[in-house]
Amino acid sequence: MEPSRRACPEKQSFSHMQPVVQALGIGKSFGTTVALRDISFEVLPGEVFGFIGPDGAGKTTLFRIITTLLLPDAGEIQVMGFDVRRDYRGIRKNIGYMPGRFSLYMDLTVEENLRFYATVFGTTVEENYDLIRDIYSQIEPFKHRMAGKLSGGMKQKLALSCALIHKPSLLILDEPTTGVDAVSRAEFWEMLKKLKAHNITIVVSTPYMDEATRCDRVALIQNGRIFSVDTPDHITAGFSRPLLQVKSASKHLLMNALKKYPGTLSVWPFGEYVHLTLRDVLPEEPLPRFLERHGIRDATLMEAKPGIEDRFLELMSGAEPVPEYRKEVNDDQP
Amino acid sequence: MTSREPVITVQNLVKRFGSFVANDNLNFEVYAGEIFGFLGANGAGKTTALRILSGLSAPTSGKVMVAGVDAGRNPERIKRNIGYMCQRFSLYEDLTVTENITLYGGIYGMKRNEIRGKTAALLERLQFGAYGNTLISALPLGLRQKLAFAVAVLHQPKIVFLDEPTGGVDPITRRQFWEMIYETAAGGITVFVTTHYMDEAEYCDRVSIMSEGKIVALDTPAALKKQYGVSSVEEVFVKIARPGQQLIP
Amino acid sequence: MKRFLGFVRKEFLHIFRDPLTMIIIFGIPAVQILLFGFVVSTDLKETKVAFLDLSKDEITRTLSGKICSSGFFELGADLTGYHEAEHVLRKNKIKAVIVFEKDFGRRLISDGTASVHIIADGSEPNMATLITSHISAIIADYNRELAGAGLQQVLLVQPEVRMFYNPTLKGQFMFVPGVITLIMLLICALMTSITITREKEFGTMEVLLVSPLRPAQIILGKVLPYFILSFVDVILILLLSWFVFELPVKGSLALLLAELMLYILMSLSLGILISTVAKNMQQAIFISLVGMMLPTVLLSGFIIPVESMPMPYQWVSKILPPAYFITIIKNIMIKGTGFLYVWKETLFLLVFTLAAIGLSIRNFKIRLQ
Repeated sequence: MEPSRRACPEKQSFSHMQPVVQALGIGKSFGTTVALRDISFEVLPGEVFGFIGPDGAGKTTLFRIITTLLLPDAGEIQVMGFDVRRDYRGIRKNIGYMPGRFSLYMDLTVEENLRFYATVFGTTVEENYDLIRDIYSQIEPFKHRMAGKLSGGMKQKLALSCALIHKPSLLILDEPTTGVDAVSRAEFWEMLKKLKAHNITIVVSTPYMDEATRCDRVALIQNGRIFSVDTPDHITAGFSRPLLQVKSASKHLLMNALKKYPGTLSVWPFGEYVHLTLRDVLPEEPLPRFLERHGIRDATLMEAKPGIEDRFLELMSGAEPVPEYRKEVNDDQP
Repeated sequence: MTSREPVITVQNLVKRFGSFVANDNLNFEVYAGEIFGFLGANGAGKTTALRILSGLSAPTSGKVMVAGVDAGRNPERIKRNIGYMCQRFSLYEDLTVTENITLYGGIYGMKRNEIRGKTAALLERLQFGAYGNTLISALPLGLRQKLAFAVAVLHQPKIVFLDEPTGGVDPITRRQFWEMIYETAAGGITVFVTTHYMDEAEYCDRVSIMSEGKIVALDTPAALKKQYGVSSVEEVFVKIARPGQQLIP
Repeated sequence: MKRFLGFVRKEFLHIFRDPLTMIIIFGIPAVQILLFGFVVSTDLKETKVAFLDLSKDEITRTLSGKICSSGFFELGADLTGYHEAEHVLRKNKIKAVIVFEKDFGRRLISDGTASVHIIADGSEPNMATLITSHISAIIADYNRELAGAGLQQVLLVQPEVRMFYNPTLKGQFMFVPGVITLIMLLICALMTSITITREKEFGTMEVLLVSPLRPAQIILGKVLPYFILSFVDVILILLLSWFVFELPVKGSLALLLAELMLYILMSLSLGILISTVAKNMQQAIFISLVGMMLPTVLLSGFIIPVESMPMPYQWVSKILPPAYFITIIKNIMIKGTGFLYVWKETLFLLVFTLAAIGLSIRNFKIRLQ
């Protein structure tokens, strides 16, 4: 299926182009723990491709495979036309990688970190300053400060500058927004948006569902499996049932009552509200009367516009449950 | 249910480290049975305030009453009346589920029979029956977080402090976790949540937003959104936590 | 090359910015040398000695009179039998026992030779050497006197020296070779293994691996600063022990430096080997300290001479490279012997180094895990 790119119409021309990352049936286990199973996806040139999933879903393992730091047990994966097994050098030269923990030397200053990465990648800060100007200029006033003394948001900007300094054509960012406050997160996504103008393809992971809408396409990943790959709009559109939002002073009582209602298909707390989907065939007793009978008189019901998270919840609750005694995959230590 | 009876009263709380003012004249109340969200950017002073409220650190000046105890004078007595859970290090990974529950029950001076009964009830309620003898390290993250929360309220504290409780958890588990919070609050335990993730804030009864050591906003999420004319607490946060910057949609 | 130099520069920054590293590299060696040096006193003044005179004739009385009036020694006790010798030494007030054999005077005149036993407390090796050499000198002086007296036969008093507790006096000036051996191991092996595992732990190794830097460049870049610094360190230790304690290098300086380089290389390759095995800094420190430093301190002859250890420990010491190095450096520095006397030990070090480098290259991964 041709994914929609209505956000960026000029990218229609990319559809015939070679994918930047092409993965087919990737599998990876650590001992008896299965970290990834049958992962297939394509990242197209110039797009921001997001992997959305909780801790332990296998995001970091997958990124380490893309960056040639780990070898898959099964499947094929090509990055910029290079095979991760044979041509790892070709890949390593052309990607910028920002691991989950910001890869910075805390005892070096901001400027020393940047210069170090520039030298290691055989370039200079001056040569590619244009690319990082927008990002680096925000932390340049602190260039003589040790990286360890920066705030989370500033570390994140420095790490991004370091990953970009050699002008990679593919940028791989593993949970760049984890542990950073809401303002810095928003700024970060703005920076990524600007980088697209430089024709840099971005693969990014995040555990935060709300960041999905910032990507051109997203893959929902959980328990080492990809659930769906599509544009955020298409994923949201996959939610086909009418959605209701219900509000009451006591969410606890409200949810208990809603769960008892025979016509209820799913109930999820959702911020101030409770999101409710109903079955196709409803019982005779209408919901408001049912709630009243259960002591909830202040309930307000409204139709709601489903968001991407509603669709994720729908997809995931239909999925197989976490098997018992499954050892959790620790993303940090493979 | 939320009442208007305060379980936490903070008046003119100031905490200084040398010349640095971490908490600059804080004033707020948290009511019994309320879910109170405590937000702020990195370094805004949340952690400092939380330490004072949980009796780990003494205020420089001001009056802090937690569960009827003066935090400045009697921090040790506060600890008996509160539960605490943070994202990391809440449970011992090399102990089993039951061993962890027993350990915490023992720390809070519960009787052996009482612990045994509560353990069974807790496992039952979490549908954890099969996990009793499983090591924590073998549990998925989401289950661990739920268990950690259940353990934090095992001794029926008056207040439970949650420090970024659901970071990195999948959306289903996260919602189950919030259902547990609702249930706990409905049972009369006040829930105090610190987080810098704004979607978490939307679940709270009231939220306060800290910036540079001060509380700059305190109200229900709905009232805050209305006041600032935006559709999410995140946008409220960006408007006031870092003035002069706009969240670009 | 520019990449590599950039990397080395970064390593130097890490080292110079970390006060702890600087203390380990420059502070500890200096303190150790000075500490060991001053603890070992070099002054002999009215040191108490005991006499066991089994002959009690005129000559023995003259000799003991000469010893006690020399200013160096003082009569501490007159013993009646051998069984008392160890007892008085153990009490620690008397530092040596001088034994005149039975019929000393008669033998000297009839056989032309007689012997004196000097039993010294070897647990203070420096003191013991000084005592025995002074007593020997006094006896030699007396021999000359006898010869000068015009006796037709050359009469000879033969001193026989015996050390208690440390029969071969292996601790003599051992502290300098020992400190060098230990410090090199500490800086090279411990510090290199820490610095490599640190990159793993902070996640920076991931980016380095993904960069165009080759693994060999990463390793060499890590090793080179420590190689240079530890070499500087050795020179400092040698200068310090020369200026402060007048301990010269008796053998060839060039040979000593060459051996030092080999040893540094070996320690560095050990450090890299540890870092390829250790997952984090804690493990690296543990392996370095428990696996290397402790055996080196205890078993390589640094504090306790290998010869006085029980056999199983001696076997362990046979596979410890530092034990070999201590032998080499002691031979060159103190005995002044040449390469011919240390080639076996050198060969062992060389083989060990090559094996460690080979293993590290095999173990160093171009990927994680």
